[in-house]
Amino acid sequence: MNTRFNLNNSYKAVVIGGSAGSFQGITKILSQLPKTFPLPIIMCLHRLKHVRNGFVEALSIKSVFPVTEPYDKEQIKKGGVYLAPSNYHMSIELGNYFAMSTEEMVNNSRPAIDITLGTAAYVFREKLIGILLSGANRDGGLGMKLIKDRGGLTVVQEPTECMIDTMPKAALSLTKIDHVLRVDEIVSLMKEIDKQCK
Amino acid sequence: MVQDIDIADLKRITELIHSKYGYDFRNYAMSSFKRRILRIIELKSLTIDTLVKRLNDSPSFINEFLDELTVNVTEMFRDPSFWRIMRDEIIPGILLNHKSFNIWHAGCSSGEEVLSMAILLKEMGIHNDVSLYATDLDVNVLERAKSASYPAKNMDLNEKNYIRFEGKWSLRDYYKEENGRVTFDKNLFNNVTFRKHDLVTGDIFNKFDLILCRNVMIYFNQTLQNEVLKKFHESLFKYGYLAIGSKESLIWCDVANRFLVANNEEKVYKKIKD
Repeated sequence: MNTRFNLNNSYKAVVIGGSAGSFQGITKILSQLPKTFPLPIIMCLHRLKHVRNGFVEALSIKSVFPVTEPYDKEQIKKGGVYLAPSNYHMSIELGNYFAMSTEEMVNNSRPAIDITLGTAAYVFREKLIGILLSGANRDGGLGMKLIKDRGGLTVVQEPTECMIDTMPKAALSLTKIDHVLRVDEIVSLMKEIDKQCK
Repeated sequence: MVQDIDIADLKRITELIHSKYGYDFRNYAMSSFKRRILRIIELKSLTIDTLVKRLNDSPSFINEFLDELTVNVTEMFRDPSFWRIMRDEIIPGILLNHKSFNIWHAGCSSGEEVLSMAILLKEMGIHNDVSLYATDLDVNVLERAKSASYPAKNMDLNEKNYIRFEGKWSLRDYYKEENGRVTFDKNLFNNVTFRKHDLVTGDIFNKFDLILCRNVMIYFNQTLQNEVLKKFHESLFKYGYLAIGSKESLIWCDVANRFLVANNEEKVYKKIKD
Protein backbone atom coordinates (compact mmCIF):
# COMPACT_ATOMS: atom_id res chain seq x y z
CA MET A 1 0.00 0.00 0.00
CA ASN A 2 1.20 3.47 -0.83
CA THR A 3 1.95 5.20 2.43
CA ARG A 4 3.98 8.14 1.23
CA PHE A 5 1.85 10.56 3.22
CA ASN A 6 2.26 8.81 6.59
CA LEU A 7 -1.42 9.11 7.37
CA ASN A 8 -2.99 7.76 10.51
CA ASN A 9 -6.62 6.79 10.81
CA SER A 10 -7.78 9.48 13.17
CA TYR A 11 -8.52 12.35 10.77
CA LYS A 12 -11.93 13.96 11.11
CA ALA A 13 -12.06 16.57 8.34
CA VAL A 14 -10.35 18.11 5.31
CA VAL A 15 -10.31 21.88 4.83
CA ILE A 16 -9.39 23.44 1.50
CA GLY A 17 -8.58 27.09 0.79
CA GLY A 18 -8.03 28.82 -2.54
CA SER A 19 -9.32 31.53 -4.80
CA ALA A 20 -11.66 31.48 -7.78
CA GLY A 21 -8.52 30.70 -9.80
CA SER A 22 -8.24 27.31 -8.12
CA PHE A 23 -11.62 26.31 -9.54
CA GLN A 24 -10.06 23.84 -12.01
CA GLY A 25 -7.90 22.23 -9.35
CA ILE A 26 -10.82 21.92 -6.94
CA THR A 27 -13.01 20.45 -9.67
CA LYS A 28 -10.36 17.84 -10.43
CA ILE A 29 -10.07 16.88 -6.76
CA LEU A 30 -13.84 16.68 -6.21
CA SER A 31 -14.46 14.75 -9.45
CA GLN A 32 -11.96 12.02 -8.53
CA LEU A 33 -12.96 11.47 -4.92
CA PRO A 34 -13.56 7.83 -4.00
CA LYS A 35 -17.28 7.16 -3.55
CA THR A 36 -16.56 5.96 0.00
CA PHE A 37 -14.58 9.07 0.99
CA PRO A 38 -14.93 9.09 4.78
CA LEU A 39 -14.34 12.70 5.79
CA PRO A 40 -16.27 15.93 5.40
CA ILE A 41 -14.61 18.41 3.04
CA ILE A 42 -14.89 22.05 4.05
CA MET A 43 -13.95 24.63 1.41
CA CYS A 44 -13.37 28.34 1.66
CA LEU A 45 -12.67 29.92 -1.72
CA HIS A 46 -12.41 33.59 -2.56
CA ARG A 47 -15.33 34.56 -4.73
CA LEU A 48 -17.33 37.52 -5.91
CA LYS A 49 -18.99 39.10 -2.91
CA HIS A 50 -22.24 39.98 -4.55
CA VAL A 51 -22.91 36.91 -6.61
CA ARG A 52 -24.79 34.54 -4.37
CA ASN A 53 -25.62 31.84 -6.91
CA GLY A 54 -23.77 29.79 -9.47
CA PHE A 55 -20.51 28.81 -7.81
CA VAL A 56 -21.82 25.91 -5.77
CA GLU A 57 -23.82 24.66 -8.75
CA ALA A 58 -20.72 24.79 -10.99
CA LEU A 59 -18.68 22.84 -8.45
CA SER A 60 -21.44 20.27 -8.02
CA ILE A 61 -21.59 19.37 -11.71
CA LYS A 62 -18.44 17.28 -11.65
CA SER A 63 -18.15 16.52 -7.95
CA VAL A 64 -18.70 12.95 -6.75
CA PHE A 65 -20.65 14.37 -3.79
CA PRO A 66 -23.10 17.28 -3.99
CA VAL A 67 -21.55 20.55 -2.82
CA THR A 68 -23.64 22.72 -0.49
CA GLU A 69 -23.34 26.09 1.15
CA PRO A 70 -24.23 25.31 4.75
CA TYR A 71 -26.68 27.22 6.91
CA ASP A 72 -25.63 28.90 10.12
CA LYS A 73 -25.41 26.24 12.91
CA GLU A 74 -25.70 23.35 10.44
CA GLN A 75 -24.05 20.14 11.68
CA ILE A 76 -20.97 18.93 9.78
CA LYS A 77 -21.64 15.48 8.38
CA LYS A 78 -19.53 12.69 6.98
CA GLY A 79 -19.72 12.73 3.20
CA GLY A 80 -20.63 16.42 3.20
CA VAL A 81 -18.79 18.76 0.84
CA TYR A 82 -19.26 22.32 2.02
CA LEU A 83 -18.48 25.69 0.47
CA ALA A 84 -18.34 28.96 2.41
CA PRO A 85 -21.22 31.17 1.12
CA SER A 86 -20.53 34.54 -0.50
CA ASN A 87 -20.22 37.58 1.76
CA TYR A 88 -20.09 35.56 5.01
CA HIS A 89 -17.17 34.35 7.08
CA MET A 90 -17.59 30.66 7.87
CA SER A 91 -16.33 29.31 11.20
CA ILE A 92 -16.32 25.82 12.69
CA GLU A 93 -17.64 25.64 16.25
CA LEU A 94 -16.89 23.15 19.03
CA GLY A 95 -19.55 20.47 18.62
CA ASN A 96 -18.80 20.22 14.88
CA TYR A 97 -21.14 22.71 13.33
CA PHE A 98 -20.83 25.78 11.13
CA ALA A 99 -21.34 29.39 12.20
CA MET A 100 -21.65 32.29 9.78
CA SER A 101 -20.71 35.89 10.44
CA THR A 102 -20.72 39.22 8.62
CA GLU A 103 -17.75 40.66 10.50
CA GLU A 104 -15.24 43.00 8.86
CA MET A 105 -13.29 41.59 5.94
CA VAL A 106 -10.05 39.79 6.83
CA ASN A 107 -7.19 40.03 4.32
CA ASN A 108 -9.62 41.97 2.15
CA SER A 109 -11.78 38.90 1.97
CA ARG A 110 -15.16 37.67 3.18
CA PRO A 111 -15.21 34.71 3.37
CA ALA A 112 -11.65 34.69 4.71
CA ILE A 113 -9.71 31.45 4.49
CA ASP A 114 -7.79 32.23 7.68
CA ILE A 115 -11.06 32.21 9.64
CA THR A 116 -12.32 28.89 8.29
CA LEU A 117 -8.91 27.21 8.61
CA GLY A 118 -8.14 28.75 12.00
CA THR A 119 -11.44 27.75 13.62
CA ALA A 120 -11.22 24.26 12.05
CA ALA A 121 -7.73 23.89 13.54
CA TYR A 122 -9.11 24.86 16.94
CA VAL A 123 -11.92 22.31 16.79
CA PHE A 124 -10.23 19.36 15.02
CA ARG A 125 -6.63 19.88 16.25
CA GLU A 126 -4.32 17.08 15.02
CA LYS A 127 -7.26 15.40 13.32
CA LEU A 128 -7.38 17.93 10.51
CA ILE A 129 -5.92 17.96 7.02
CA GLY A 130 -5.47 21.45 5.55
CA ILE A 131 -4.92 22.05 1.83
CA LEU A 132 -4.13 25.47 0.34
CA LEU A 133 -4.31 25.94 -3.42
CA SER A 134 -3.57 28.68 -5.93
CA GLY A 135 -4.55 32.18 -4.85
CA ALA A 136 -3.74 35.84 -5.24
CA ASN A 137 -3.37 37.10 -1.68
CA ARG A 138 -1.86 35.96 1.60
CA ASP A 139 -5.17 34.84 3.09
CA GLY A 140 -4.90 31.23 4.29
CA GLY A 141 -1.22 31.38 5.23
CA LEU A 142 -1.95 32.07 8.88
CA GLY A 143 -4.70 29.45 8.92
CA MET A 144 -2.23 26.85 7.65
CA LYS A 145 0.20 27.82 10.39
CA LEU A 146 -2.54 27.32 13.00
CA ILE A 147 -3.32 23.87 11.58
CA LYS A 148 0.37 22.97 11.73
CA ASP A 149 0.76 24.37 15.26
CA ARG A 150 -2.11 22.20 16.47
CA GLY A 151 -0.61 19.07 14.94
CA GLY A 152 -2.70 18.77 11.78
CA LEU A 153 -1.41 17.71 8.37
CA THR A 154 -0.63 20.58 5.98
CA VAL A 155 -0.51 20.49 2.18
CA VAL A 156 0.01 23.32 -0.31
CA GLN A 157 -0.21 23.21 -4.07
CA GLU A 158 3.17 23.18 -5.83
CA PRO A 159 3.73 26.93 -6.47
CA THR A 160 5.06 26.37 -10.02
CA GLU A 161 1.75 24.72 -10.91
CA CYS A 162 -0.32 27.61 -9.49
CA MET A 163 -1.88 30.27 -11.67
CA ILE A 164 -1.00 32.70 -8.87
CA ASP A 165 1.28 31.39 -6.14
CA THR A 166 0.97 34.12 -3.45
CA MET A 167 -1.27 32.00 -1.26
CA PRO A 168 0.78 28.77 -1.03
CA LYS A 169 3.98 30.81 -0.76
CA ALA A 170 2.54 32.74 2.19
CA ALA A 171 1.88 29.45 3.97
CA LEU A 172 5.37 28.16 3.15
CA SER A 173 6.90 31.31 4.61
CA LEU A 174 4.90 31.07 7.85
CA THR A 175 5.27 27.42 8.79
CA LYS A 176 6.89 24.12 7.88
CA ILE A 177 4.39 22.64 5.43
CA ASP A 178 4.26 18.82 5.38
CA HIS A 179 3.71 18.31 1.66
CA VAL A 180 4.03 20.49 -1.44
CA LEU A 181 1.98 18.69 -4.10
CA ARG A 182 0.61 19.01 -7.60
CA VAL A 183 -3.15 18.68 -7.98
CA ASP A 184 -2.91 15.10 -9.27
CA GLU A 185 -0.85 14.21 -6.21
CA ILE A 186 -3.55 15.76 -4.02
CA VAL A 187 -6.00 13.47 -5.81
CA SER A 188 -3.76 10.52 -4.76
CA LEU A 189 -3.68 11.86 -1.21
CA MET A 190 -7.47 11.84 -1.10
CA LYS A 191 -7.45 8.22 -2.30
CA GLU A 192 -5.02 7.27 0.43
CA ILE A 193 -7.16 9.06 3.03
CA ASP A 194 -10.05 6.93 1.80
CA LYS A 195 -8.02 3.74 2.44
CA GLN A 196 -6.55 4.77 5.79
CA CYS A 197 -9.34 6.65 7.55
CA LYS A 198 -12.16 4.12 7.62
CA MET B 1 -6.05 35.29 15.49
CA VAL B 2 -2.42 34.70 16.45
CA GLN B 3 -3.09 34.78 20.15
CA ASP B 4 -5.77 32.60 21.62
CA ILE B 5 -8.19 32.99 24.52
CA ASP B 6 -9.26 30.17 26.82
CA ILE B 7 -12.93 29.34 27.10
CA ALA B 8 -12.51 29.93 30.85
CA ASP B 9 -11.45 33.53 30.16
CA LEU B 10 -14.39 34.12 27.83
CA LYS B 11 -16.67 32.79 30.56
CA ARG B 12 -15.08 35.15 33.08
CA ILE B 13 -15.92 38.07 30.80
CA THR B 14 -19.50 37.03 30.02
CA GLU B 15 -20.26 36.32 33.70
CA LEU B 16 -18.86 39.70 34.73
CA ILE B 17 -20.83 41.62 32.09
CA HIS B 18 -23.95 39.74 33.06
CA SER B 19 -23.71 40.25 36.80
CA LYS B 20 -22.47 43.83 36.67
CA TYR B 21 -24.30 45.27 33.65
CA GLY B 22 -27.17 42.87 32.91
CA TYR B 23 -26.16 42.06 29.32
CA ASP B 24 -26.19 38.37 28.61
CA PHE B 25 -23.59 37.13 26.13
CA ARG B 26 -23.40 33.67 27.69
CA ASN B 27 -25.20 32.11 24.74
CA TYR B 28 -23.38 33.87 21.97
CA ALA B 29 -21.69 31.74 19.30
CA MET B 30 -18.19 31.00 20.55
CA SER B 31 -15.97 31.55 17.51
CA SER B 32 -17.18 35.04 16.57
CA PHE B 33 -17.43 36.13 20.23
CA LYS B 34 -13.82 35.10 20.73
CA ARG B 35 -12.74 37.05 17.65
CA ARG B 36 -14.56 40.15 18.93
CA ILE B 37 -12.83 39.94 22.32
CA LEU B 38 -9.45 39.46 20.61
CA ARG B 39 -10.22 42.47 18.44
CA ILE B 40 -11.04 44.68 21.44
CA ILE B 41 -7.87 43.57 23.22
CA GLU B 42 -5.82 44.46 20.18
CA LEU B 43 -7.62 47.72 19.42
CA LYS B 44 -7.34 49.04 22.97
CA SER B 45 -3.92 47.50 23.70
CA LEU B 46 -5.28 45.40 26.57
CA THR B 47 -4.80 41.88 27.90
CA ILE B 48 -7.57 39.62 29.18
CA ASP B 49 -6.71 40.64 32.74
CA THR B 50 -6.62 44.37 32.06
CA LEU B 51 -9.86 44.08 30.07
CA VAL B 52 -11.56 42.38 33.01
CA LYS B 53 -10.18 45.03 35.36
CA ARG B 54 -11.42 47.84 33.13
CA LEU B 55 -14.91 46.32 32.88
CA ASN B 56 -14.90 45.98 36.66
CA ASP B 57 -13.55 49.40 37.55
CA SER B 58 -14.96 51.82 34.99
CA PRO B 59 -18.67 51.49 34.24
CA SER B 60 -18.37 54.14 31.54
CA PHE B 61 -16.27 51.69 29.51
CA ILE B 62 -19.23 49.37 28.90
CA ASN B 63 -20.79 51.34 26.03
CA GLU B 64 -17.49 51.58 24.22
CA PHE B 65 -16.99 47.86 24.84
CA LEU B 66 -20.45 46.95 23.49
CA ASP B 67 -19.89 49.10 20.44
CA GLU B 68 -16.79 47.11 19.50
CA LEU B 69 -18.20 43.77 20.60
CA THR B 70 -21.30 43.81 18.45
CA VAL B 71 -20.72 43.39 14.73
CA ASN B 72 -21.76 46.57 12.96
CA VAL B 73 -20.81 45.73 9.41
CA THR B 74 -23.80 46.24 7.17
CA GLU B 75 -24.82 47.55 3.76
CA MET B 76 -27.80 49.32 2.23
CA PHE B 77 -29.89 46.95 0.12
CA ARG B 78 -27.68 43.97 1.05
CA ASP B 79 -28.97 41.08 -1.12
CA PRO B 80 -30.82 43.26 -3.66
CA SER B 81 -33.06 40.31 -4.61
CA PHE B 82 -34.36 40.29 -1.02
CA TRP B 83 -35.42 43.92 -1.29
CA ARG B 84 -37.09 43.31 -4.64
CA ILE B 85 -39.15 40.52 -3.05
CA MET B 86 -40.07 42.88 -0.19
CA ARG B 87 -41.27 45.51 -2.67
CA ASP B 88 -42.93 43.23 -5.20
CA GLU B 89 -44.43 40.47 -3.04
CA ILE B 90 -44.27 40.73 0.73
CA ILE B 91 -45.35 44.33 1.31
CA PRO B 92 -48.09 44.24 -1.38
CA GLY B 93 -49.31 41.12 0.48
CA ILE B 94 -49.53 43.05 3.75
CA LEU B 95 -51.27 45.96 1.99
CA LEU B 96 -54.06 43.65 0.83
CA ASN B 97 -55.31 43.54 4.41
CA HIS B 98 -53.92 46.63 6.08
CA LYS B 99 -53.77 50.21 4.93
CA SER B 100 -51.17 51.00 7.57
CA PHE B 101 -48.80 48.66 9.39
CA ASN B 102 -45.76 48.26 11.68
CA ILE B 103 -42.24 47.07 10.89
CA TRP B 104 -39.56 46.14 13.44
CA HIS B 105 -35.88 46.21 12.52
CA ALA B 106 -34.42 44.07 15.33
CA GLY B 107 -30.69 44.63 15.74
CA CYS B 108 -30.66 47.60 13.37
CA SER B 109 -26.95 48.42 13.84
CA SER B 110 -25.94 51.62 12.02
CA GLY B 111 -29.31 51.78 10.28
CA GLU B 112 -28.53 50.88 6.67
CA GLU B 113 -31.45 48.45 6.42
CA VAL B 114 -33.84 50.91 8.08
CA LEU B 115 -32.82 53.48 5.51
CA SER B 116 -33.22 50.95 2.71
CA MET B 117 -36.73 50.18 3.93
CA ALA B 118 -37.61 53.88 4.26
CA ILE B 119 -36.49 54.48 0.66
CA LEU B 120 -38.37 51.43 -0.54
CA LEU B 121 -41.56 52.61 1.18
CA LYS B 122 -41.11 56.12 -0.25
CA GLU B 123 -40.79 54.71 -3.75
CA MET B 124 -43.90 52.61 -3.19
CA GLY B 125 -45.71 55.81 -2.14
CA ILE B 126 -46.69 54.40 1.28
CA HIS B 127 -43.98 55.94 3.47
CA ASN B 128 -46.54 57.78 5.62
CA ASP B 129 -48.66 54.69 6.18
CA VAL B 130 -45.96 52.64 7.86
CA SER B 131 -44.41 52.88 11.34
CA LEU B 132 -40.88 51.60 11.71
CA TYR B 133 -39.23 50.59 14.99
CA ALA B 134 -35.49 50.22 14.90
CA THR B 135 -33.77 48.69 17.93
CA ASP B 136 -30.27 47.75 18.99
CA LEU B 137 -28.57 47.10 22.31
CA ASP B 138 -25.65 49.35 21.40
CA VAL B 139 -26.52 52.99 22.19
CA ASN B 140 -23.57 54.38 20.24
CA VAL B 141 -24.59 52.61 17.08
CA LEU B 142 -28.18 53.82 17.54
CA GLU B 143 -26.92 57.40 17.60
CA ARG B 144 -25.07 56.75 14.35
CA ALA B 145 -28.20 55.22 12.85
CA LYS B 146 -30.30 58.26 13.84
CA SER B 147 -27.82 60.63 12.23
CA ALA B 148 -28.27 58.85 8.85
CA SER B 149 -24.75 59.93 8.03
CA TYR B 150 -22.10 57.63 6.56
CA PRO B 151 -18.61 57.77 5.10
CA ALA B 152 -18.87 58.65 1.40
CA LYS B 153 -16.64 55.72 0.52
CA ASN B 154 -19.42 53.30 1.55
CA MET B 155 -21.72 54.72 -1.12
CA ASP B 156 -20.12 52.90 -4.01
CA LEU B 157 -21.27 49.52 -2.73
CA ASN B 158 -24.63 50.90 -1.56
CA GLU B 159 -25.27 52.51 -4.95
CA LYS B 160 -24.44 49.24 -6.73
CA ASN B 161 -26.86 47.38 -4.49
CA TYR B 162 -29.54 50.01 -5.12
CA ILE B 163 -29.11 49.61 -8.88
CA ARG B 164 -29.49 45.84 -8.56
CA PHE B 165 -32.56 46.46 -6.41
CA GLU B 166 -33.89 48.38 -9.43
CA GLY B 167 -34.88 51.43 -7.44
CA LYS B 168 -36.81 54.23 -9.09
CA TRP B 169 -34.17 56.93 -8.99
CA SER B 170 -30.54 57.19 -7.99
CA LEU B 171 -29.40 56.75 -4.40
CA ARG B 172 -27.75 60.16 -4.77
CA ASP B 173 -31.16 61.76 -4.86
CA TYR B 174 -31.57 60.87 -1.19
CA TYR B 175 -28.40 62.31 0.31
CA LYS B 176 -26.04 65.30 0.38
CA GLU B 177 -22.28 64.90 0.36
CA GLU B 178 -19.96 67.06 2.43
CA ASN B 179 -16.38 66.61 3.69
CA GLY B 180 -16.19 62.94 2.81
CA ARG B 181 -19.50 62.10 4.46
CA VAL B 182 -22.99 61.75 3.13
CA THR B 183 -26.13 62.62 5.07
CA PHE B 184 -29.49 61.25 4.04
CA ASP B 185 -32.69 63.29 3.91
CA LYS B 186 -34.01 63.39 7.50
CA ASN B 187 -37.59 63.13 6.25
CA LEU B 188 -36.90 59.49 5.46
CA PHE B 189 -36.87 58.89 9.21
CA ASN B 190 -40.17 60.74 9.96
CA ASN B 191 -41.86 57.47 10.65
CA VAL B 192 -38.99 55.72 12.48
CA THR B 193 -38.72 55.23 16.24
CA PHE B 194 -35.22 54.32 17.39
CA ARG B 195 -34.91 52.68 20.79
CA LYS B 196 -32.48 50.69 22.83
CA HIS B 197 -33.57 47.07 23.11
CA ASP B 198 -31.68 43.89 23.89
CA LEU B 199 -33.08 40.85 22.07
CA VAL B 200 -31.73 38.54 24.75
CA THR B 201 -33.07 40.17 27.88
CA GLY B 202 -35.65 42.59 26.44
CA ASP B 203 -39.43 42.36 26.66
CA ILE B 204 -41.97 42.09 23.91
CA PHE B 205 -42.89 45.74 23.40
CA ASN B 206 -45.26 45.86 20.46
CA LYS B 207 -46.98 43.84 17.74
CA PHE B 208 -45.77 43.88 14.15
CA ASP B 209 -46.78 42.93 10.64
CA LEU B 210 -43.19 42.51 9.53
CA ILE B 211 -39.99 41.85 11.48
CA LEU B 212 -36.56 42.08 9.88
CA CYS B 213 -33.71 40.47 11.75
CA ARG B 214 -31.12 39.60 9.16
CA ASN B 215 -27.67 38.35 10.11
CA VAL B 216 -28.14 39.12 13.79
CA MET B 217 -29.00 35.71 15.22
CA ILE B 218 -25.94 34.18 13.53
CA TYR B 219 -24.02 35.54 16.53
CA PHE B 220 -26.15 33.44 18.92
CA ASN B 221 -25.94 29.75 19.69
CA GLN B 222 -28.95 27.56 18.90
CA THR B 223 -30.38 27.76 22.41
CA LEU B 224 -30.50 31.53 22.22
CA GLN B 225 -31.74 31.57 18.61
CA ASN B 226 -34.61 29.43 19.78
CA GLU B 227 -35.50 31.84 22.61
CA VAL B 228 -35.31 34.91 20.39
CA LEU B 229 -37.42 33.28 17.68
CA LYS B 230 -40.12 32.64 20.29
CA LYS B 231 -40.12 36.37 21.04
CA PHE B 232 -40.41 37.20 17.36
CA HIS B 233 -43.29 34.76 17.00
CA GLU B 234 -45.08 36.43 19.90
CA SER B 235 -44.35 39.92 18.55
CA LEU B 236 -45.94 39.17 15.18
CA PHE B 237 -49.60 39.51 14.31
CA LYS B 238 -51.04 36.35 12.83
CA TYR B 239 -50.13 36.29 9.11
CA GLY B 240 -47.26 38.69 9.79
CA TYR B 241 -43.86 38.12 8.22
CA LEU B 242 -40.39 37.40 9.60
CA ALA B 243 -37.29 37.98 7.43
CA ILE B 244 -33.94 36.47 8.41
CA GLY B 245 -30.54 36.30 6.69
CA SER B 246 -29.98 34.23 3.56
CA LYS B 247 -27.88 31.69 5.49
CA GLU B 248 -30.15 31.46 8.51
CA SER B 249 -32.95 28.95 8.92
CA LEU B 250 -35.98 28.31 11.11
CA ILE B 251 -35.79 24.55 10.60
CA TRP B 252 -34.26 23.75 14.00
CA CYS B 253 -36.35 25.98 16.22
CA ASP B 254 -39.40 25.17 18.34
CA VAL B 255 -41.71 27.62 16.58
CA ALA B 256 -40.83 26.34 13.08
CA ASN B 257 -44.24 24.70 12.58
CA ARG B 258 -46.04 27.95 13.35
CA PHE B 259 -44.54 29.54 10.29
CA LEU B 260 -44.91 28.93 6.58
CA VAL B 261 -42.11 29.60 4.11
CA ALA B 262 -43.19 32.69 2.16
CA ASN B 263 -39.97 32.87 0.13
CA ASN B 264 -37.30 30.24 0.59
CA GLU B 265 -34.53 31.87 -1.41
CA GLU B 266 -34.80 35.13 0.55
CA LYS B 267 -35.72 33.49 3.86
CA VAL B 268 -39.03 35.18 4.50
CA TYR B 269 -41.50 33.35 6.75
CA LYS B 270 -45.16 33.93 7.49
CA LYS B 271 -46.71 33.31 10.89
CA ILE B 272 -49.72 31.03 10.45
CA LYS B 273 -50.38 29.86 14.03
CA ASP B 274 -50.45 31.67 17.37
